[in-house]
Formats: sequence, structure tokens, C-alpha cells
Amino acid sequence: MNWLLLLEQILNGFQLGLLLFLLAAGLTLVFGIMDMVNLAHGSLYMMGAYFCATFTGWTGSFLLGALLTLPAVFLLGIIVEVVALRTLYARDHLDQVMATFGLILFFNEATRLIWGPIGLVIPLPDFLNQTVEIIPGAPYPAFRLAIIIVGFLIAGLLYLIVSRTKLGMLIRAGASNREMIGALGINIRLLFTLVFGLGAALAGLAGLMAGPILSVEIGMGEGILILTLVVIVIGGIGSIKGAFIAAILIGLIDTVGRSFLPEILDLILPSQTAATAAPAISSMMIYLLMALVLAIKPQGLFPPKGVGR
Amino acid sequence: MSLSSRQVINSALLVFLAALPFLTDWVGDSFYTGLVARILILAIAALSLNLLIGYGGMVSFGHAAYIGVGAYVVGIGAFHAFEDGIDWMLNGYVQLVAAILGSAVIALIIGAISLRTRGVYFIMITMAFSQMLYFTAVGVETYGADDGLSIYSRSDMLGLIDLNDEKSLYYLIYVSLLVVLYLMHRLVGSAFGNVIRGSKSNEARMRAIGFSPYKYRLTAFVIAGAIAGYAGFLMANLNDFVSPDVMHWTRSGDLIIMILLGGMASLFGPLYGALAFLMLEELLSSIPLTVGGLRVGEYWQLLFGPLLILVVLYARNGVDSFLPGARKGS
Repeated sequence: MNWLLLLEQILNGFQLGLLLFLLAAGLTLVFGIMDMVNLAHGSLYMMGAYFCATFTGWTGSFLLGALLTLPAVFLLGIIVEVVALRTLYARDHLDQVMATFGLILFFNEATRLIWGPIGLVIPLPDFLNQTVEIIPGAPYPAFRLAIIIVGFLIAGLLYLIVSRTKLGMLIRAGASNREMIGALGINIRLLFTLVFGLGAALAGLAGLMAGPILSVEIGMGEGILILTLVVIVIGGIGSIKGAFIAAILIGLIDTVGRSFLPEILDLILPSQTAATAAPAISSMMIYLLMALVLAIKPQGLFPPKGVGR
Repeated sequence: MSLSSRQVINSALLVFLAALPFLTDWVGDSFYTGLVARILILAIAALSLNLLIGYGGMVSFGHAAYIGVGAYVVGIGAFHAFEDGIDWMLNGYVQLVAAILGSAVIALIIGAISLRTRGVYFIMITMAFSQMLYFTAVGVETYGADDGLSIYSRSDMLGLIDLNDEKSLYYLIYVSLLVVLYLMHRLVGSAFGNVIRGSKSNEARMRAIGFSPYKYRLTAFVIAGAIAGYAGFLMANLNDFVSPDVMHWTRSGDLIIMILLGGMASLFGPLYGALAFLMLEELLSSIPLTVGGLRVGEYWQLLFGPLLILVVLYARNGVDSFLPGARKGS
């Protein structure tokens, strides 16, 4: 086994995991606090990437572009919440699924209309577009390292917000018992709008960071949305801590599994069979993990306190 | 026995569908027979899903997976018959049984795990399982992976019916639809159907009078999966092609849209919904209007998305609420 490759894949796993966490953090709060299924979260991620590509083009700087993107996606999230989603909180899940599915169609088509069917490229500044030797002999792309650092910083910041501030207290209270905080005189509508905007900004951040590595294209939010849903379900809906642990777990299993499963299978199965089965099995692994978790704990690993009675 | 005006409309639709191949012959454009055949297959799948969503309150977001299983049975059978000369794998009855049993077994496994969860979790887990099957199909190089499988010969029904004849295939699909409609009608009205519907409206009460909803729900889940698998069998024969795309989660979303457009609370709802869905797609994408050099029809989903939201917000029972004798309220 190649240890340097393993190290690199583990870092890649963290990088994917932290991107997933940025998406999952916002989504799990929307699910948990508002009991709302929002499939359009992936669209906000896509808009983050497209906005950043455009703003980077205007300003000529990726960092400036990224800084402009965050408030833009925050605003977009608030507009979406006020115009379309607000009326859906009281509806059942089926209605929410359909309406947000309609939003996905709308966003994809609007993106095609505005930016055209061909994907965009986000150019990186030189200092991010190089490799860093983390340990001697193991070069690693600086931008991916930056994603990992930003991901951990945001995770820490979110932890502080949720566990130390008044807003965080309301968010935790909302995830455990929505009706009660409303009865205690908290302006729930405002809280919902703020949380939705915050979640949108985090999704936009994930999108703008994924943009330079993957490609900025229509429908880019849909594949990662499913992964995010798996993360949320494994972590327990409404739990930021659960989302973090599950996101890292999924990121590692998916990335490391994809690169090492063929070798592992080769040890057990005839090589012909192993070569055919490996790609199929490695893409199934995270879903098997989810099935296993739900079979044992139907509420996920870390359901918020008070949920799952 | 006198028919209500709603029954008259439903019957008229069925008569029209029965006459369709001859109408298109008369017009001289057989394109519409293929289009309607596709609609009817999707209607069969939507009908089976409505047993779960409309009557059982189980929002399964992975129903396209079973269509995929049925379709892949036909594709894989034809593949081995063509490549390796294994003739029995082209036998339509073997394929039919394998498609229905295969999708039923997979529905049993997925349902047994998923039905332990509620609400949002159930939606997410059924969606994730269907994606798992989707990625499995994408990963298997032997059966074409991403590109899918071309089906060089349709299921061989041993002379009983020739599926290569478009009219015979259409009538097989049409009769299948009638059978599924009848089956749903009997199922929903049976004691079994009452337990399923009762568990939707009040699970606690259902338990209190001595029923354990899990078993009944799982049975409904397997029945729906098997019917969708059968729809997949028909679909593969109609398209001469199967690819992972039939299992993509957005295809499952399309099925739910059909149910919603048609109206959940009625037997014929999914049929109207499937018709409305594909007709809307055809209509919107052929809008001849041009704005600023762009043809509106090319961006039809820009209109369809918001339309969907409006239907959800203001027309909960879809087409059904416009038919005479619609139940008021949701």
C-alpha cells in the first residue's frame, strides 16, 4: 500500500467532508427547525459557484469575488424564503418536496438562460494555484488545503454561534421544540428567515470553493445534494454536531474507499471480478452505511435533544 | 345503473385511448402512438406509487428505481441472448417473472429498512436507496455503465403477442393499464386498503384497534415496487434501450409530479397527471414566442418550475379538482 497516496486521499476526504458539512449545516437546520424539506439547497450551492465566477471576472480577483458572493447568496436565500418557501412551512412534506423540486427546475433553467449551457471556469490566484509540501515529499494543492482550513474555521465559528450566542440558543431550542419557542414569544418568522439566509450563504461558500476544483455547471448542485441528504440523515436531522461528524465520515469513506477498494477487493476476489465490482461497490458504500445506521438508529446518530420520543 | 358525469369522462378517456392507434393511422402520424404509449407506462408506474403516497401517506422518493430494475432485466436478458447466445434469456415470460420478482425483492429489502423511519427520514432514505441503484448501474461496465444498453431484440412472447408490432405493444400497454386500474380499485376498497388508508390518517388509532401498520405498509411497498418493475419491463420494450437515467432521482420526482398534477385522492388521478405532465412538456417546449432572440419554448422549465409551485400552493388536487364531483378541501 502506498502511504503517501493514502495521506493524500485522507486529505481529499477531509476536503470533501468539509464541503459537505458547509452544505449540511444549513440544510439540517432548515430541516430540523422548520420541519421543511428543501431540495433547492443544491441550487443555492450552484448559484454560489456561478456568482463567484461572475464576480471574479468583474473584479479580477478570486478573493474579492468570493467576498461579494457570500452576501449575494445570503440575499438570494432570503428572497427565496420570503417569496416561495415561507408559505410551505405549514404544508406537508410532499408539498414541500414538489415545490422545491419546481425551484430546482427554475434555477437550472434560469442559469442556462443567463450564463449559457457551457460551464464556467473560476481562475485561481497564483498563491492558491500551487502545491505545498505538507510533509517533505508529499506535495498537496494549496487550494484544497485552503478549503480544509476554511472548512474547519467555519465549523468552529458555527460551534461558537450555536453554543454561545442568543441566536444559537434560539436555533437549538427551535430544533428541539418549534412550538414552544413560538409560545415563548420569539419571532419565529424572522428566525426562520435568518437561519435560511445563513444556510444559503454556507451553501454558496461551499459552491464557490468547489467551483475551481470541480466545474461550474448546471446541475452541479444535484449530485452533492444527495450526498448532503445522506450526511444529514446519518447525523440526525437538526444536529450540527451530527452533521459535522457524518460529513467527515462520508467524505473519508467515499474518497478513500474509491481509491483503495479495488486493491482490497483484489485480495479477496479474482482480479477480473474485483475490477468489475469495485466501481459499483465503492459508489454504494455510503448508502450501505446509511442503511446500517438507520436500521440501528432510525433517528440518526445524534438527534437533537427532545427529538425521537 | 346510471353513470356519474365523472365516470362518463373517465370512460370517454379510456375509449379514446383504445381507439388512438387507429386515429393516428387515419391522421397518418404514428409519432403520437409512441408518445401516448410512453405516457401510459408512466401512468402505470404513477398509479402504483399513488398507492403509497396518495392512499398510504408514504412519500417514497425512489420509485423510479423499480422501473429501472424491470427495464434492466429486459436489457440484460437481451444482452446475454445477443452476446452469448443464451436464448432462454430472451424469453419474454422469463423476463417478465424476473422483472416483477426482482423489483419486488428489492422493494422488500428497501421497504423493510425505510419503513422503520418516518417523515423526512423516509423521503430521504428512499431517495438515497434509489441513487444507490442508479450508481450501481452507472458503475457496471459490462452493461454499458453511463451509456446504457441498446436492446437489439424485444422480449420474445413465443408467438402469443408480437412486441415488435407497435400496435400490439400499444395494446399490451393499454390492457396492462386497465388491469392495474382495476387492481388498484379492488385493493383500495379492500380490508387491506382500509388498513393502509387508516394508518395514514391515524396511526395510533389503527394500533389501538389491533393492526400493526408496518406489515401492511411493507406489503403495499412491495406491491407498488412490483408494478413499477412491470412498467419497467414495458418501458424497455418500447424504447429498445435502457440506461441508468431511468433510475435517476429526478425521474422519481417526475412520478410524484404526475400524482400531484392529477390529484392524489382519486383512482384515475395518476393517469390524468401523466397525461398532463407530458402534454405540458410538449406544449410548453413548443411555445413559438421569441423574446429578445430567445425562443421561449427552449426554456420551458423556467415556466414549468413556478407552475409546479403554483399547483402545490393553490390547486392541491390537480386535474381532479376540475372534474365534476370533486371532493372539496384537501
